[in-house]
Amino acid sequence: MIVTKDLKKHFAGHEVLRGISQHIVKGEKVVIIGPSGSGKSTFLRCLNLLEEPTGGEIIFEGKTITDPKVNIDQIRQKMGMVFQQFNLFPMKTVRQNITLAPVLLKKMSQEQADARAEELLKRIGLPDKADSYPGMLSGGQQQRIAIARALAMNPDVMLFDEPTSALDPEMVGEVLAIMKELAQEGMTMVVVTHEMGFAREVGSRVLFIDEGIVAEENTPYEFFNSPQNPRLQDFLSKVL
Amino acid sequence: MAQWFKKICDAFYNAWVPEKRYLAYLSGLRMTLRIALFAVMIGIAIGIVLAVIKVSAKHSKSKVLKALAVFANLYTTVIRGTPMIVQIMIIYNLIFTSPNSNPVVIGAVCCGINSGAYVAEIIRAGIESIPVGQMEAGRSLGLSYSMTMRTIILPQAVKNILPALGNEFISLVKETSVISVIAVNDLMKMAGYVGSRTWDVIPPYVIAAAIYLLMTLALTRLMGAFERRMAKSDRH
Ligand SMILES: Nc1ncnc2c1ncn2[C@@H]1O[C@H](COP(=O)(O)OP(=O)(O)OP(=O)(O)O)[C@@H](O)[C@H]1O
Ligand SMILES: [Mg+2]
Repeated sequence: MIVTKDLKKHFAGHEVLRGISQHIVKGEKVVIIGPSGSGKSTFLRCLNLLEEPTGGEIIFEGKTITDPKVNIDQIRQKMGMVFQQFNLFPMKTVRQNITLAPVLLKKMSQEQADARAEELLKRIGLPDKADSYPGMLSGGQQQRIAIARALAMNPDVMLFDEPTSALDPEMVGEVLAIMKELAQEGMTMVVVTHEMGFAREVGSRVLFIDEGIVAEENTPYEFFNSPQNPRLQDFLSKVL
Repeated sequence: MAQWFKKICDAFYNAWVPEKRYLAYLSGLRMTLRIALFAVMIGIAIGIVLAVIKVSAKHSKSKVLKALAVFANLYTTVIRGTPMIVQIMIIYNLIFTSPNSNPVVIGAVCCGINSGAYVAEIIRAGIESIPVGQMEAGRSLGLSYSMTMRTIILPQAVKNILPALGNEFISLVKETSVISVIAVNDLMKMAGYVGSRTWDVIPPYVIAAAIYLLMTLALTRLMGAFERRMAKSDRH
């Protein structure tokens, strides 16, 4: 579903991604871990071209999206993204946050979008917050709504960049629960996280990104029980 | 003491009443307000265009836009880096050489060209004060750059921009006084004219100062009320 070929990215001479080749298939849950500054977010943000790669190519559903002629806005409609800082629209209600894109992009009528918002809010356990503003909600609630907002576009893949890192510990669980549910429903997911429990339980494949390359990848069981790369062993001994 | 006080009163009386001199201030005030109003409209028009160019050029690869952005940056740098009085002398002598050009137009164009540079910076700063995450969230949903700008960024930026624009208008009202160096009979010029009739320039200038102060105080009040109403409307 997503193929990257020798993906590279540098910022003003500083090489952040040094050639990543990955093949993410439909239904897979790829979890990415690695030390701070190793390029995890940059890799994820390259996948929907929020960062423009400086080398290599990305193929999504058969289309080479790194081709400058491709309409990236259309591609992004199929790729949901959830940010560490939620990035909800503060001057819009929860319902408007969820319905804004589908309606503006003429995917749904306002009525259809409202119905979809209601259904999504029920699913994330916040059916009574439709008319609240994001500023009135807790971090955990905001992040669940951010997930609902991305889902409203009916994406084929969901990208998560440390979705629980900005949350108070007691709110991490509620967000992870939604993500697990989503995984069980078969959503293709790429998740950057420090939640090792989630990686173990939900991941179909775990990547260790270190200094801009995938230094190790494996099934969660092998990855955590018999890591090969010494840097990964070191990393795991610190976080587990 | 009493004599000194009487002398001052006489001087001010002289600067205000005889020959219906108050009418001179009034006509000057009218001119000042008209110039300020048109100048602010020209300034906002120029400012919006420059700000749009500056902000969008950053995210675009278009050569034309980049070239326009260079011009826009030059414009704001030069205008903000030179005294308005110098700009006025240059613009006036450059484009208003015909003896019967309309003074309101002259004043409004001169002040508007100047104000446009400041307005552009106010708008640009207002847009750039919105966290990048907002643009990224919009783009990640598949909205185009301009769609995200219009529906998400600008509505938030306007809240920062309007108060600063109000302040810009208030200072513009004061700064139009510089226009009196050319052939425009604004409030400042009329005060000088009264002074030349009474041979005592201080009272008319003090009167002019009082009128400017009243205007800016009133405008500040107005802005304050407006901001409070805005704050109330989005207290969620
Ligand atoms: N827009 C940018 N301009 C310049 N440098 C950047 C930019 N974005 C990221 N970098 C640099 O790229 C490197 C990798 O950043 P990235 O955000 O991908 O790391 P990360 O693995 O997600 O780390 P963390 O766990 O802290 O989120 C860092 O050294 C960072 O300073
Ligand atoms: Mg990161």
